[in-house]
Amino acid sequence: MNPSELRYTEDHEWIGREGDVYVVGITDFAQDQLGDITFIELPAVGRAVKKHEETAAVESVKAAGDVYAPVAGTVTAVNEALEREPELVNQDPFGKGWFFKLGDVDAAQLEELMDAAAYTKFLETCGD
Amino acid sequence: MSWIPATETERRSMLDTVGAASLEDLFASIPAALRMQSWDVPPGRSEMAVSEYLGRLSVKNDVCSVNFLGGGYYDHFIPAAVDALISRSEFYTAYTPYQPECSQGTLQAIYEYQTALCRLTDLEFANASLYDGGTAVFEAATMSMRVTRREKVVVHESLNPVYRKMLETHAANLGVEIVSGENPEGAACVIVQNPSFLGTVRDFTNLAAQCHAAGALLVVSFYPVSLGMIKTPGAMGADIAVAEGQSLGQPLGFGGPYLGIMTTRKECVRKMPGRIVGQTVDAEGRRGFVLTLQAREQHIRREKAMSNICSNQALCALRALVHLSLLGKAGLQEVATACHSKAEYLKKKLGFAQIVNDGPTFNEFAVRLPKKAGEAAAKLLAKGFLAGLPLASVGAGQDNDLLIAVTEKRTREELDAFAAALEEASCN
Amino acid sequence: MQLIYEKCRGRRAVTFDALDVPEVKLPEALLREKPAELPEVSELDVVRHFTHLSKRNVGVDSHFYPLGSCTMKYNPKMAEAVAAYPGFAWLHPHLSTVPEYQAKCQGALALVYELERLLAEIAGMKASCIQPIAGAHGELTGVLLIAAYHRDRGNTHKDTIIVPDSAHGTNPASAAIAGYKVLQVPSNAQGLVDVEKFKEALNDRVAGVMLTCPNTHGLFESNIREIAELAHSVDALLYYDGANLNAIIGQCRPGDLGFDVMHYNLHKTFGTPHGMGGPGSGPVGVGERLLPYLPGPRVVKHEDRYALEMPEKSIGRIAAFFGNFLIAVRAFAYILHLGDEGLRDVSRMAVLNANYILARLKGAYKPAYPGTCMHECVFTASPQAAQGVHALDIAKALIDCGFHPPTIYFPLTVKECLMIEPTETENKETLDAFCDAMLEIAKLVETNPDSLHAAPVTTPVGRLDEVKAAKELNCAKLQ
Repeated sequence: MNPSELRYTEDHEWIGREGDVYVVGITDFAQDQLGDITFIELPAVGRAVKKHEETAAVESVKAAGDVYAPVAGTVTAVNEALEREPELVNQDPFGKGWFFKLGDVDAAQLEELMDAAAYTKFLETCGD
Repeated sequence: MSWIPATETERRSMLDTVGAASLEDLFASIPAALRMQSWDVPPGRSEMAVSEYLGRLSVKNDVCSVNFLGGGYYDHFIPAAVDALISRSEFYTAYTPYQPECSQGTLQAIYEYQTALCRLTDLEFANASLYDGGTAVFEAATMSMRVTRREKVVVHESLNPVYRKMLETHAANLGVEIVSGENPEGAACVIVQNPSFLGTVRDFTNLAAQCHAAGALLVVSFYPVSLGMIKTPGAMGADIAVAEGQSLGQPLGFGGPYLGIMTTRKECVRKMPGRIVGQTVDAEGRRGFVLTLQAREQHIRREKAMSNICSNQALCALRALVHLSLLGKAGLQEVATACHSKAEYLKKKLGFAQIVNDGPTFNEFAVRLPKKAGEAAAKLLAKGFLAGLPLASVGAGQDNDLLIAVTEKRTREELDAFAAALEEASCN
Repeated sequence: MQLIYEKCRGRRAVTFDALDVPEVKLPEALLREKPAELPEVSELDVVRHFTHLSKRNVGVDSHFYPLGSCTMKYNPKMAEAVAAYPGFAWLHPHLSTVPEYQAKCQGALALVYELERLLAEIAGMKASCIQPIAGAHGELTGVLLIAAYHRDRGNTHKDTIIVPDSAHGTNPASAAIAGYKVLQVPSNAQGLVDVEKFKEALNDRVAGVMLTCPNTHGLFESNIREIAELAHSVDALLYYDGANLNAIIGQCRPGDLGFDVMHYNLHKTFGTPHGMGGPGSGPVGVGERLLPYLPGPRVVKHEDRYALEMPEKSIGRIAAFFGNFLIAVRAFAYILHLGDEGLRDVSRMAVLNANYILARLKGAYKPAYPGTCMHECVFTASPQAAQGVHALDIAKALIDCGFHPPTIYFPLTVKECLMIEPTETENKETLDAFCDAMLEIAKLVETNPDSLHAAPVTTPVGRLDEVKAAKELNCAKLQ
């Protein structure tokens, strides 16, 4: 299920606080839609991104998608393990399958995003 | 009507199954006002009549003159087995291998083609073909822009002027800055050609290093047959190698079909346009081949695709592979050596003309004649020679400049006779 | 089966006579270090290798190939024969470049001139140009023509191209490659462009609208005149994706429907081979508005002599010469043979064959949209998917029955999509055999769905691991 401590976007990214920074990934729904993930393109550390800017990309055999920054910030770290093991996103989307971390985030921006309950309701409109 | 087999009886019976009264009923969704009334299309003619008519058209074209015309497209020998194998309809009546289990012939052939081109260019990845040499240059430019996130393209003087024009046409609405020279600062790539359009052979290793220091890519447009002899794009440090593939077993065909070749390094492969075949296994562990990295392509990524290419020139790629397989490792070297040696032999015989090239050449070189190249060419045509390409016709030289190409097909007798005829035509 | 590189024994196929001039080499620094590791095999090795490879393929000559949107019709042998005439096949293209040489290629120039005239007439366009090398290249050319038109008129604010959600992927990709933003409009419940949504999307920034007609649902856009008028009211031009021209050839013409620019797929409508992925050919046709911008140089006729001219406002060269000329030769032969009545019969029988399949299968498979179809019928396998058998499984089962599968999972607007295009060149027995196989598979969905998951079992390999291919990226045997 969608963890209650995270916030969500309509593009199926999640974001959660970890100390001073915020971790971003894609949701279980998103990984399930993509199928077996074969490649992930991660941003450069230090890159400043705007809200909704294309920040990473994810590819499976039959699909491709962009991962947008849920909020504005600066990339402070990326999950390098995904370069070797992109399947971590399929296996553990809310954990080991995280994509990147953002610093310099205005915490108020998160209030504009959906909480777990709202996102779960939103998924009902997405069909399969 | 031949090719449409349905008889009147069958049409009637199928209409009954469909529940339509007439064929006309099936077009009811087209508003009546939009239906076509008449058109100026002639009545059909028999296969015999059409073949005759096209035969008469074809013999108005000159394919018998002794050919010294190149300019990027060359009169090379094509072994008979190439046409024989390409004529197998299991190849030419199939389409893109969307269903890999019943397309292993196509897929393995493309994998073998990719292998041949990687080995030829000393790079790691090839696609399954692009359209031709000029569009491959455009695709290399936009690929470089994706890799570097820059929007300036530098074109070296060595590039075929027709490719340059095609690049400008294709990129007209993209906001790309296309400049001449070889300065890589701020550029996505520098595009060079080797041998140059005028036939000069260079080593671009230093330029590759300068490009990389400036964060730009080096794109080398090459002439496949020349790689039987000269230093490869990969060895020079090129990031993308592209080529017009005509010289690999494609008949001249008045401009096509040919193929665009593209090879690249591993770091750039995900930004490469076109289809790519990869090796894999089935559930029983048997080796097989599939289209891979399809997430780059238009049918999945639509407006965010690396290119809009869908149909490519796969059958031409198969031709190139069969041709290279027949020539083999030694044969390609022999062809390259023959082209170069014969061109050098001819060059020495043209003492009456000034060589335009500023360095060594492979099998093509430009001469400045004592008179207009077009006039000399017209005189030689009357003697049975296609003398070469007057460079002014492509905006690449002076009125007196003639670009002369020599392939392995030219004999010493032809070279001697041509040298004498050209001297007579241009000095008298 | 081994790769040709795994069959090398140091043999030779082609050999050459001894050099009749002194052997010369370039300076050492310009030479490649070691020769490329190309195959070292005999001629028979090569012939057998590729003959065996060909047997691991299916094509139109051997199999019914109802691949929707691709128009896999029979490729006439006569067209192959005329394209191989030495006067065409061996002709150097630069003969056209040099004025002094043009007298030596008059037959080829005449062919280009006549074919361009016929293609324009067939589609109700003012002129056509055979330079574009494939359908998508024609699309790009068409969008570049639209861009040139707007530049010329000072329409600098126009930055958007509208495409419907049912469009071929090449449409949005071509618009983007040509520098435009892409705006997608949805289809309505009948499978047609939703005109109300189209009106909402349309504004002064729209440079062009790309439509396929009939569309990829196999349905004629009956509101096409209204769509054309709406587009023209904001000076947006209407693009016709010619992929489905086979459905309407001789019945109605894109130019008469209000389209300003189009591409033709000679490898779909005009019977030229698909060549395991290409070469095809994608000429563009234009109406009055875009006539000045056509790619050049153009073949023109001065009394009885043909020459080349670059029109003043031309966008320039989109190909080095005349595109895939030898493909154009085949299409020319095709048009001359079928002629007026034959071409009209193409669309009649393409549409009847598709409706026949629709009628025979609609009891067992769910049509994506109600009513009759044009040249292809589109089903959704969603009911079968609910029982665990997907469109993919049905496709693989068809391979074991001796048929090339239809297009699956396209258009994206239809879930579990099966898109079947029989073409006019197939006979009734073949259509019946295909329908019988489809009905048999529908029964197996009920009785033995697991048997369908194992398919295909008659091919040299079974279903292949595409994830492994994408992760390992073994795309060449490097040395």
